[in-house]
Parts: sequence; C-alpha cells; structure tokens
Amino acid sequence: MVRSSSLPISIRQLTKRYGDAHALDHIDLDIRSGEFLTLLGPSGSGKTTLLTVLAGFTRPDSGSLKFGETEMICTPPHRRDVGMVFQNYALFPHMTVAGNVAFPLTLRGVKGAEAAQRVEKALEMVRLGGYGARGVDQLSGGQRQRVALARAMVFEPRIMLMDEPLSALDKQLREHMQFELRQLHDQLGMTTVYVTHDQREALTMSDRIAVINGGRIMQLAAPREIYERPANRFVAEFIGESTFVPVTVAAGAVAFGGRTLAPATAEADGPRLMMLRPERLQVLSPGHAEGLNLLDAKLNAAVYQGDSSLLQVTLADGTVVGVRCTSLGDSANGALEPGARLTLGLAPRDTVLLPAESAA
Amino acid sequence: MTSASAGVAVDAMLPSAGAPPNARALRSADAWERRRLLGLVSPAVVLVTIIMVVPVAWLFYLSTQSDAGSFSLEHYRRMWEQPSYARTFVTTFQVSALTTAICVLLGYPLAYFLSELPKRTANLCMIAVMLPLWTSMLVRTYAWLVLLQRRGLINSWGMSLGWWDEPLALVHNLTGTLVGTVHVMLPFLVMPLYAAMCAIDRDLLKAAANLGATPAQTFRRVFFPLSLPGLSTGALIVFILCLGFYITPAVLGGGKVIMVSTRIASDIELFFNWGAASALGVVLLVLTTLILFVASKLLRLEGVLRGGGTR
Repeated sequence: MVRSSSLPISIRQLTKRYGDAHALDHIDLDIRSGEFLTLLGPSGSGKTTLLTVLAGFTRPDSGSLKFGETEMICTPPHRRDVGMVFQNYALFPHMTVAGNVAFPLTLRGVKGAEAAQRVEKALEMVRLGGYGARGVDQLSGGQRQRVALARAMVFEPRIMLMDEPLSALDKQLREHMQFELRQLHDQLGMTTVYVTHDQREALTMSDRIAVINGGRIMQLAAPREIYERPANRFVAEFIGESTFVPVTVAAGAVAFGGRTLAPATAEADGPRLMMLRPERLQVLSPGHAEGLNLLDAKLNAAVYQGDSSLLQVTLADGTVVGVRCTSLGDSANGALEPGARLTLGLAPRDTVLLPAESAA
Repeated sequence: MTSASAGVAVDAMLPSAGAPPNARALRSADAWERRRLLGLVSPAVVLVTIIMVVPVAWLFYLSTQSDAGSFSLEHYRRMWEQPSYARTFVTTFQVSALTTAICVLLGYPLAYFLSELPKRTANLCMIAVMLPLWTSMLVRTYAWLVLLQRRGLINSWGMSLGWWDEPLALVHNLTGTLVGTVHVMLPFLVMPLYAAMCAIDRDLLKAAANLGATPAQTFRRVFFPLSLPGLSTGALIVFILCLGFYITPAVLGGGKVIMVSTRIASDIELFFNWGAASALGVVLLVLTTLILFVASKLLRLEGVLRGGGTR
C-alpha cells in the first residue's frame, strides 16, 4: 500500500569529504516512493553521514538531493518535513510524553483538541495509549523508542529517517521492534530510510538494502539477492559468513581441486573467487550426489552448537572452511573423527563466483 | 570488634538444626559495617559543628546582649525603628539584584558562545573567564578605581578625545559599585551555566530542527529551558554572594553605597558595638535563608543545588 503522500528520494553525485577522506564518494541512489530502504555498512562507512545529509544536518560538498521533484540540498532541516528517529531517541527531557509528541504539531499550528487527538492516536499506534502524562525519565528504553517513533510520525511526514533506532535495546526487544517497525511502515506507507550495521536487521526489515563502504554503494538490491548473489567480496563478507577460494573458469565450468563444478550463472573464462557459506555446504554420504557439485575435504574438528554442528574442514587447496550441519542424523556425522575424509556437496545455484581481486 | 572476631563467628555458626545458617553472623557483620562508617564520618561531623554551628550560635547569642551585658532585643528594635537600617537593606538587595541581572545579561551569551566552541578552545577561554578569580579581589577593585576615578584613565581619554567635557561620575556611586561587583561575580554565573549548557545533548537541538523548529524556536523551546537550572544556580550564587559583599562596594561605593556588610564593619570598627553588628548579621542570614527557601520552591532548585545544575 503506497500512500499518495509518500515521496521518492533521488540522490545524484553526492560527495562529502572530511580532510582527505571521502565520507560520501559520488553517491547515486534512487529510493522509491513508499520503499523501506536500509543503508547497511560498518562504522565509518558513510551510512550515517548519508542519513544526516538527508535530514539536513550535514551539508555535503556537492551533489543533488531531491524529494519528489523538489531540490532539497540547500533546504535547512526545519523546512524538510521529514521524520527522524535518533539513535539515542533525543526525547526532550523537560517535556512529558505528550509534550514531546505534540512538539511538531505545535510548530505547525495544530492546537487544542485536534492536537490532543492526534497525539493520542500516534501514541496508540505505538501501543503507548494513556502514557501522555508521564515524564520521559519514567519510561523504559523500549518505551522511549516508541515515543520517539510516535513523535516522528505524528505530523505525517512523507519521508522517515531512522538512525540505528534499535541498537540500544536488548536482543529480544530488538527483534520484536523490527517486526513492529516494519508493520508501522506498511500501515503508514511513508518512504523510510533506515541505517544499521546489523546485517540480520537489514535482511529482516528491508525492501532493498544499500551496502555502503568507504562512502560508496557496494551493492543495491533486495535482501535475498544481497545474500544469495553478492556483487563483490566486501558484500559477501559483510553479510553472512563466507570463505573464498580462488578458482579458474574454463569453458563455462569451474575447475577446483581436480573436480569440475557447475557455477550459478554463466561466466566468461578467467580467474574468480568462489564464495562458500557454511550453511550451504553439506556432508554427503556415498551415493547422494545427484545434481550437486562435489568438493573433497578433510575434517579438522566438529563443534556442537545446539541448533546445529559446525565442522571445520580443509579443502583440496588447503583453504579451511566451515560446514554447518543442522541435522544430527545427517550422514552420521556424530561418528566423524578428526582426520576423516569427506565429500562435500554444493548446489550449483549456491556456487557463486565473484570477481577475482586485482593483483594489488 | 575486629574482622577476625567476625571470621570466628562464621565458623562457629555452621548449620544447626532449624536456624538459618550464619544469619546472626551476617547481621552482626552488617551492624559492624554501619558502626565503622559512622566512625569514619564522625571527625567531619565534629569539625563542621565546631566551625559552622558554634559560631552561628555565638552570633545569635551576641545579638541578644545589651551593652550592659544582659538579655535584650534592643539591637533588633533599633534596626526596626531607625529608617537608615531599612535603607541599608534596600541598598544591599538593590545592588545584589542589579549585579545578578547584569551578570545574567552578560554571562548567558558568553556561556552559550563558550559551549558552542570546540572543547580545546572552550577550555582556554574558560581559563580566561576564571583568571580574575585567581587575582586578589582588592587588587582588582583598586584597578577599577584607577580606571574609573575623576582623573582616571577612562575620563581622561574620553575628555581628550572630546567625547565629553566634564569628568563623568563613574565611581563612589552605584555605577562604580556595580562595575566592580559584576566583574567579580561574573565567573560564578558563567561556570555553572557553562556546565549546564555543555550537558545539553546536541541531538535534542537536531531533533527540534528536524521536527520543524526554526533556530529561534529551538533556542526558546529546547535550549533555554534546559539551560535554566544552570542559570538559576548561577544567579542564586551571585545574588547570595552579593548580599554579603564587602570590599568592592566599600572601595568603589566610596561611602555612598552602604551595604549591610559595610555597616557591620563600621559598627565594629568605629563603635565597638558587637551586639548591633551581630544583629545585622543575623537579619542578613535569616533573609538569605528565606530567599533560598522561596527560590527553591519557585524554581524547583532542589536538584540543582545538589547536582550542579545539569538537569
């Protein structure tokens, strides 16, 4: 459901330098109207800088930023009309919960009964109905988070920005709030830009993810594609566990360790990196190899981890990789001894090749 | 009771039938700890009693002694009956209130400016603000006398530049007194105010802007209310210090601005009247306490006086 009042965001050639370092390096990004887009990256990657440029707190060196058709790059923050949830919530300590939520309404000339009604509605939306009279310091972390959210959406902004809003919450509450935030977004339909360094959060919540590193967008795609088909080694390493082995492509097939593997997508000849994710590898019992690529390995150690076991194995070229086995009965790996010879299976669709690194 | 004896008690109290194990030993360890804390605090309590409580009690006692050495309230009665005393109190409060007001007007922008500077620069500037505190107050006061008097630096420059023809009366009056008191008091306002301003989370200002507040609205609705505890702390400190101010009003007021402290000094030095001086001191003390009490009710200062004014 896309509300007519949500706006697309268009970013062109956005650049911001701090000294010699590029915080943002000629960023081009189109965010669709009503989309939930996550900026994901390690700390110092520029994702927060990009968000503060959107909010108007950071003035970039050059570039263009449009909300809909309107150029916003020089507009001061108070005239951008975007909602924002801050990492530390930034609730006004000298106001009550209702005072905080009413703040943007008061500034927009909404007063009296209408303001009170909209405040209460926003609080009900974040399931804090009746909390209006409380002081901010009487709330738990999760409740403050919700007040910040109510305050950011009470004036019905067409664009919502969130700067790691869940990072201060404990794991359980965080996972719960992820679903709630996503539900609210679907209900209200505003364009949402969400910053996080938590890959699982990004995968859970987003329509699309922009992986950012060194002030550049490394890949912009839906969560599934980011995980299954990373565009380069950085994305593959940053999201999920992975190990890389150098391979050579010849005549459309991958040569590795004396075997020939079928790749996920057609590739031109040349050197490549093959991405191996522990949960996509499986230990084969003899005679269960239909349609799978095969890898020879030697077991180093097996670690029991509750919901799964992690095997550490050495491949033919000496690379050490992990193999995650979810089922104990699986090829009787409970009986495996270190030093055992194994055959690993890898589906062709999971045989993902990445560009080989340059000699540098 | 030593820790060794407590250790023995624990060994002796191994579970006997029915009784919870070591309950008594643990209780007595608690009591022992409390007694030890009390012991550590007691020297301070004794010291405070000797240097604070006893002198004030002595002051009260002196103020109720007649010249002949018997109990009487004549000093208080005289204060009530002679209008010159009332004038002294009015002057004292007037000078204190004006000094506080001028300090607020000068100090607030200064503290705001300092709080916006990068940390290093702000620390350097803060040293400049505190520097006057490390110089003798008497030296500073006489320095103002040199600048402000009839043939002082300001008057001679002003007249030689043709800005005014007759020497301006800049000293030995209220103007001179205020120049001096403001100069001395300003750091006491700026310090707590600066601390309060630095403690304001800058994200709150960003949040206000994001929610649609212009810079002026952000200041009025967010920054100023959050700096208010620091401001009231500073203003109260300045006001109360001013009430008992002696050197600067005495020198720069030149006998024309009579504050309570000036009067106390003359009662003792000229008339050897300890009773009258003590009575003045008591009245000033009571009035100050009343002001503190009312201010704490009005401005909700409880937290401020305890916590140094962050919130």
